[in-house]
Amino acid sequence: MGLSTPSTSHLSQSKYDSVYEPAEDTYLLLDALENDRSQIQEQAPTVCVEIGSGSGCVSAFLAQTLDPHSALVLSTDINPAAALATQETIASNDCSNCVSDQIRTRFTQAMDSRLRGSIDILLFNPPYVVTPTKEIDVTSEASAWAGGKHGREVLDLLLPNVAHMLAPRGRFYLVVIEQNKPDDILELLQRDGLLGERILSRKAGREHLSILRFMKE
Amino acid sequence: MRLITHNMLKCHVKNCTDPDKQFPLRFKDVQLEQIDAERNDEFLVRMLPRIDWPALSKTTKELDIILPETVPGNPENDEEFLQALHTAILETHIKQGSMLCDGCGHEYKITNGIPNMLLAEHEI
Repeated sequence: MGLSTPSTSHLSQSKYDSVYEPAEDTYLLLDALENDRSQIQEQAPTVCVEIGSGSGCVSAFLAQTLDPHSALVLSTDINPAAALATQETIASNDCSNCVSDQIRTRFTQAMDSRLRGSIDILLFNPPYVVTPTKEIDVTSEASAWAGGKHGREVLDLLLPNVAHMLAPRGRFYLVVIEQNKPDDILELLQRDGLLGERILSRKAGREHLSILRFMKE
Repeated sequence: MRLITHNMLKCHVKNCTDPDKQFPLRFKDVQLEQIDAERNDEFLVRMLPRIDWPALSKTTKELDIILPETVPGNPENDEEFLQALHTAILETHIKQGSMLCDGCGHEYKITNGIPNMLLAEHEI
């Protein structure tokens, strides 16, 4: 039975102008979570974190994918409008099985030491577009997609910490495009003891999107 | 933001490293809201090991919320404990105000229930 995409119609409000609207990359991540639904339910996660939650569509969908299981779902974003949008998306879709809170922060900063070795599911749809370095974070809108050289500059700040953050049976789902050099990412995280796999791929316009899933060996 | 989430937040200003001072963050001028939520004992018991109990105990005392000093030996069967825990960590929402670091004095603001943990360039 397919889960429907969480409603994000409230994004039409002008206060959410800078928030990234769900698009093909978002939907591909939702599909990956849905495909893994029984595995995720079996894993019975307790702490889930979405970095750069944007509209909150993915966080809300994760909560619904877990139903009737309960978990703490923490959504972070540097853009205050996105944190608010995530809050509204969670509230407007039935995510009552989970406990969801939003934090305005970069990656998991301020929670790193408390969440170390404790994140059961980590999700990130990063700013992956290849752009000049100086475009990263230049505006709230740009912070959602500008990824600098190879579209990797923001992601590369997180990658060295992923293995430390994940719980023993933890999983990390990541959205990438071909220009991000997914094989390189797989290799990098493999060196840290994470087993990675390209689990879904789709062409959307000029973007060749993939979802990479990493699990602790 | 619920108290369970506050229990995960530490001051991360550069050179602010005294563990006794940087965590938990101290609430200042906060607006609380109690919102009823269905109790899920299985989740509470599963969440227990992840909670820093001394920090939670300190924070609930500051907010005049009743919670035992220590976790009972058999929490899964302790109705009173589970109810107190549920109310404290899941039903208590901090809507507005700030959180102060006793170590470096940094003030993190909370707006619409969302804490802002971002720092200025010189603080990173």
